Amino acid sequence: MIIIAYKKVFFFVTGVTVALSIAAIAAFGLNFGVDFTGGTLVEVRYEAERPAQNVVAASLRNAGIEDASVRPSDDDIYIIRSGVLSGLDIQTLPDAVSVGGEYPAEIERFTEIGPTIGQELRNKALVALVLVAVAIVLYIAFTFRHVSRPVSSWVYGAIAVIALIHDILVPAGLFAVLGQFFGAQVDSLFVMALLAILGYSVNDTIVVFDRVRENLRGNIERGRKEEFCLTVGRSLTQTIVRSLNTSITSLLALLALFFLGPNATQDFALTLIAGVIAGTYSSIALAAPLLVAYEKMRS
Amino acid sequence: MIRYRIWAAAILLVGFLGVWLLYASQTSESGRPFKLGLDLSGGTHLVYSADTSGLPPEDVRPSMAALRDTIERRVNLFGVAEPIVQTERGGALAGNLEERLIVELPGVTDTEEAIRLIGETPVLDFRLLREGEVVPIDSDAEAIESAFEPTGLTGRFLEGARLEFQGAHQGGLSNQPVVALSFNGEGARMFEEITTQNTGRILGIFLDGQPISTPVISQPILGGRAVITGSFTPEEGRELARDLNFGALPVPIELISTQTIGATLGARAVGEGLSAGLLAAAVVAAFMILWYRLPGTVAVISLTFYTTAMLLLFQFIPVTLTAAGIAGFILSLGLAVDANVLIFERMKEELKAGKTTREALSEGFSRAWPSIRDGNASSVLTAVILFWFGTSLVEGFALVFGLGVIMSMLTAIAISRSLLLAVSGDRRNPLAKFLFGSGFKI
Repeated sequence: MIIIAYKKVFFFVTGVTVALSIAAIAAFGLNFGVDFTGGTLVEVRYEAERPAQNVVAASLRNAGIEDASVRPSDDDIYIIRSGVLSGLDIQTLPDAVSVGGEYPAEIERFTEIGPTIGQELRNKALVALVLVAVAIVLYIAFTFRHVSRPVSSWVYGAIAVIALIHDILVPAGLFAVLGQFFGAQVDSLFVMALLAILGYSVNDTIVVFDRVRENLRGNIERGRKEEFCLTVGRSLTQTIVRSLNTSITSLLALLALFFLGPNATQDFALTLIAGVIAGTYSSIALAAPLLVAYEKMRS
Repeated sequence: MIRYRIWAAAILLVGFLGVWLLYASQTSESGRPFKLGLDLSGGTHLVYSADTSGLPPEDVRPSMAALRDTIERRVNLFGVAEPIVQTERGGALAGNLEERLIVELPGVTDTEEAIRLIGETPVLDFRLLREGEVVPIDSDAEAIESAFEPTGLTGRFLEGARLEFQGAHQGGLSNQPVVALSFNGEGARMFEEITTQNTGRILGIFLDGQPISTPVISQPILGGRAVITGSFTPEEGRELARDLNFGALPVPIELISTQTIGATLGARAVGEGLSAGLLAAAVVAAFMILWYRLPGTVAVISLTFYTTAMLLLFQFIPVTLTAAGIAGFILSLGLAVDANVLIFERMKEELKAGKTTREALSEGFSRAWPSIRDGNASSVLTAVILFWFGTSLVEGFALVFGLGVIMSMLTAIAISRSLLLAVSGDRRNPLAKFLFGSGFKI
């Protein structure tokens, strides 16, 4: 199996992507959405002509909304973010976005999240991510408990989690870049996508590990001696078509969602696309080679 | 062989019945419509935090229930269809527990109107002036807070209010408008107790935290009736009585989160979600048929069953569909074929090893099972944690994701298997090799 033979090359590639992702997050930071930070998000659609960005910003300032950021979306939409508004500001908002009625507009979406709820959602997201990771290690260690040679079942679990960290870092890095240049936000939907990726990726990893387990058992039953790296390589060969095909069908569905689906879930689809690619890559080119590398290191 | 075919025919029949049921439910008047979340139907979602700090712990729950009922009455009165009003204890992960009230108003897309609609509900409570204090002249909240002590008698115990005109013989100005309050049984008892024990002290009647009337308790009042005399016009008095009749809030509430989605935005999202779903199903089906040929075609039939079953479940549970939920469903269309793919790949290996189609089928299924089980169990685990993660937005997605995983596993195992057994026969000829083959090779 070529991936096992050239595992160092793949480790290098993985290392570079992870390093780039971390660098992007460190350099640009993540652009958290209002549901995590608290604040206001307004989506305005202009019926006829859309005024220039600075005209709307100035109009909002006049209305007493000082810290608003105005960002275009599609051809006729502005997305406005600001801190929590007071009751007075909410009343003047329709007038302010239409610049005193000069540009007829409709507020299509208005979201205002108080700081407590924002903090709560943020903490909940973190807890959920950690919880999923822990549950997965425990689960894998449990299902693979009969496999202890040559590598203990806890190692399978730990490697699955390393793969998961990779799968989360890649979309997060992508969103750090997208956030910097296109204003993409990390919000509840993003976290949901990450959690779905965790489920997807671990499923993928488990299928590979499962094959390793089966082949190890087969070797014992037949009294055959096979080097661990060959067993893992054979298992990969047997499962790689399935891994690729499942990710192809998932990607096809997600691409349909990305291109045709509603605006609200476009970033969500993008996160999932990045995650599915990362997840498929990690179960083939990271998890299985790590298993071999660990065994080599120990012996 | 005949047994397999009868089975397959029965399964197909059930499948068509499902499709018909779904079709009928969408075309006939009496059918169950899909339940759309606010982000798809348009509407307003409000979260209030309730200030229960002034209540003894055992009073928090009944007060919150009373709060919910009052707001529900108020919302119903304004003719909002299918509003949702619920209480929740939140904030545990933000470090401060607080009682919350969640109000969902489908179809109300004017945020301001929605807030006003609820905001006009008065908060009524009775407070005693502390010994040695005087009634503060200005309306400074802190001064009021320190001068009065709560009695526990709140709007929760109010039965009704009425505008009356006080006659001259009762000592006031003649024909002064007053609002007469009557308490329910428990409220009457409390009022009696308070007035008996505190005769001579000042009992303030508070509306929205402001003392509206501060009479001296001249004698114990029995019978559960109180009168608010303030300097209001008959018009104001009538409004106050009306608002109190809709219900007075037992605790003050504060708006902490607002979300309004326009109806057109929601309708567009539904349309776009639908076309994305159709395209997703079509490309996945095309891929499966092109790559896996006969088994692929069977997988597509399974996928149709899967989709039908899921949509029926959405209607009957019912699952509130949100944009995220639909996205989750579309993702699941891609994932649903996974179990089939696992099985087909396994079958191919068995065929390569020289088995007949029938043998390869049953071997393929039984050997793929552990992988399917373990992989899906971890996905279900994730879905459960997601569900706990909680807000209504996420719950929809988690439910769809979790149901999808289980349902896809069931359809792959039950339906694909039976159908394949029915059509496969026990062959080993080139045609069977082609039909059960896959990929680019002929």
